[in-house]
Amino acid sequence: MISGCAERGLPIEVVGSGSKRAIGRPMESAVTLTTTSLRGIALYEPSELVMSAGAGTPLSAVEVELAGRGQMLAFEPIDLGPATGGPQGAQTIGAVFATNLSGARRIQSGAARDHLLGIKGVNGRAELFQAGGRVMKNVAGYDVSRGLTGSWGTLAVLTQVTFKVLPWPEASVTIVFLGLPDDLAIELLCLAMGQPYEVSGAIHLQAAVAERLDHPGLKSMGKSVTALRLENFANSVATRKQRLKEGLRVYGKALELDNRESIEFWSELRRLSVMPYGPSLLWRISTKPTTAPKLVAAIKRYMPVKAFYDWSGGLIWLEVPATDDAGTAEIRRVVAIHGGHATLIRAEPAVRASVEVFQPLSPAVERLTRGLKEAFDPAGILNPGRMYANI
Amino acid sequence: MTLTNLPEPDQEVVARSSTIIKDLEQLVARDAVISDEEGRRAFEADALTAYRQMPLAVVLPQTTEEVSKVLRYCQQNRIKVVPRGAGTSLCGGALPTADAIVVGVSKMNRILDVDYENRAIRVQTGITNLAISEAVSVQGFFYAPDPSSQLACTLAGNIAMNSGGAHCLKYGVTTNNVLGVQIVMMDGEIVELGGPHLDAEGYDLLALVIGSEGQFGIVTEATVRILRKAELARPILLGFDNCEAAGQCVAAIIGSGIMPVAIEFMDKPAIEVSEAFAKAGYPRDVEALLIVEVEGSEDEISRLLSDIVEIAMPFDPRAVEPSTSPEQSERIWKGRKSAFGAFGRISDYYCMDGTIPLARLAEVLPKISQICANKGLKVANVFHAGDGNLHPLILYDANNEDEAQRAELAGAEILKLCVAVGGCLSGEHGIGIEKRDLMGVQFSEADLTVQMRIRSVFDPDWLLNPGKVFPLEMSEKAGAAEAA
Repeated sequence: MISGCAERGLPIEVVGSGSKRAIGRPMESAVTLTTTSLRGIALYEPSELVMSAGAGTPLSAVEVELAGRGQMLAFEPIDLGPATGGPQGAQTIGAVFATNLSGARRIQSGAARDHLLGIKGVNGRAELFQAGGRVMKNVAGYDVSRGLTGSWGTLAVLTQVTFKVLPWPEASVTIVFLGLPDDLAIELLCLAMGQPYEVSGAIHLQAAVAERLDHPGLKSMGKSVTALRLENFANSVATRKQRLKEGLRVYGKALELDNRESIEFWSELRRLSVMPYGPSLLWRISTKPTTAPKLVAAIKRYMPVKAFYDWSGGLIWLEVPATDDAGTAEIRRVVAIHGGHATLIRAEPAVRASVEVFQPLSPAVERLTRGLKEAFDPAGILNPGRMYANI
Repeated sequence: MTLTNLPEPDQEVVARSSTIIKDLEQLVARDAVISDEEGRRAFEADALTAYRQMPLAVVLPQTTEEVSKVLRYCQQNRIKVVPRGAGTSLCGGALPTADAIVVGVSKMNRILDVDYENRAIRVQTGITNLAISEAVSVQGFFYAPDPSSQLACTLAGNIAMNSGGAHCLKYGVTTNNVLGVQIVMMDGEIVELGGPHLDAEGYDLLALVIGSEGQFGIVTEATVRILRKAELARPILLGFDNCEAAGQCVAAIIGSGIMPVAIEFMDKPAIEVSEAFAKAGYPRDVEALLIVEVEGSEDEISRLLSDIVEIAMPFDPRAVEPSTSPEQSERIWKGRKSAFGAFGRISDYYCMDGTIPLARLAEVLPKISQICANKGLKVANVFHAGDGNLHPLILYDANNEDEAQRAELAGAEILKLCVAVGGCLSGEHGIGIEKRDLMGVQFSEADLTVQMRIRSVFDPDWLLNPGKVFPLEMSEKAGAAEAA
């Protein structure tokens, strides 16, 4: 099918379940290629921490299988369905790696791309190829499988992915501080990350965002929520929690969410339900943690903002009012000054068609990006223009 | 050993040597160009010492700008470049050819910025791996990937090979710990990829550069993650009657949800040689030995170690020695850490580097013995059991040409076996020239073509580290196609 389209120059929209169709630059495509029939778990060895699955396998099916053996995808892939007006829990495992959208535990365990061991795929020349393998230590040849992550279907269609899985922690607890301003919150989160307790989640929700939480206690406080997660064997968690709280006393009284509440809290964040679908626009900004509050404050000078800081400040989900240009000019200027990169996640198609959705590339990086596109998909048929105009 | 072919040097370039050297001397600081024979000889090999080639010249720049000028000049004059860190490569990754300039980053070894709050450090890549950890150690931090050559190897080399180390079971390898690089392309352009933030924007170019074996550009600066050190770490030594039991014990430990920071395996020949030298008190009557290290507080460690003892019981361990003191920890590690040195005292050896799925260990080890026995050679095995990376040490006499060739042939068969059981050709050392001609065992022509196209994106003329990674005939064909 791909070779036919390549010959005739017909653009293909590459989708798993289509859960992220509303993200990226809108494309014109003649044909849609979906991986949903490429489903099924081909390999699962819990004691070797490895699983292989067809790219079209629903993420939910993967996670159910893993949970049955007390294991998980450590990087907690974010579900952008609800935030972008789509169904919850629809994404495929292939899309998880093609988009590399990792959740809160990324800060401790690594991103989706760090867990990828190998892939099988088809490029825009209709060539079947594979890269990597099923073992963790693999430096035979270039790291092509990891090189394909974050390419949003523009270089190849992934047909099978092999990835590292990890044990589900025995216990989880969350320590919560209320009412901290952004800069103190980030200071606290960074301090906690520098302790030897293996904090596995470090977030801060501004008050206006925290009131969208499901957790009835936190929701009704009307205050910002700064949260740290500890996960380990139960007695480890208990001791580490005490010591961590002790070290953070100066930031105020800490609340605790026990195992069940804790799991539910981070599960909620993973669905991004604090940034629900609506007319407002959603940006995803990656920066140095201590820069994050300054960056948000700088954007706030131009427009009202609501912020959810993840990865101890290294990631900001930023909600801004709907405007024709999504605040692009100001936001990109601020990000350029402070450092980092920004992606427009949620906006109407007309807006996404008229602004740069993904971070504009430096000339050198753009050349390399074009070169890779040319190497994998010279006819330019795989998701053309999905990330950048003319690539 | 002369089994692996080296590419023929371009005699036209060699003939222009003195002009080239004079030109290079104009581009960089006076003492940065090494052209005398004595000087060049120090760079004729890396740690794969059986292969030696004198380079045309060696340049040791002090700045990224100098690297840029040198590469631009070389591209304009179609001169090959072999990047070099500390030359600790075990696969010929830094082996030059007579028509190539070695460009070494060892003089560029400064720390540029340490940021504890954001847990990142920016360095020049000629710095040694260990120096990075040492720089942040007082504040309680470390840089996780720790190859056993870390005293000498450079971050540049680590990035080129995507190096691992004992800590990588828990903390990942180089590509999981690098946030950004400054890379000089063959045309002299200086490119920044990534930065002090997590996760790439756009395509994961960092992932492609890391592990590209010096064929995409020369990385002169990098921002890497630093992590808070665990409070304490302590090992337990377990001895088993057979390798299968040891392998199953590892599987059971991992299956229990415990994440050790390292799991090392040694077979009986490895134990014997190591004991003779290190006298660490290893059990002499076991077929296989495991050293499992866990991290945490004092209490956490005692609990974890006693959990591991319980997990090990069904596998009938002959020896069980949890460490209860720093001195005991040191003694338990001493044997393993001096293993390679111990071997070096009794024999030349050829260290292989394949990876296998853990479940196949019991099957693979006897086959390795058989492969070596068939060639009249002895072998010992050290294995990073947590991640499947196997290091068979094939003993041979380097002065005996025939034995050397047999060792190389045995090594190749072992790697083919690793691939056949679902593993791969190299877990840590990289392909270099050593495993170049085995790439077809693991990859189809289509797979290799995909990789070669990527190389052409970064280095269209294939001037960087030529003759490595891809089988010569394939790369010569591709090179000709590019030139056409």
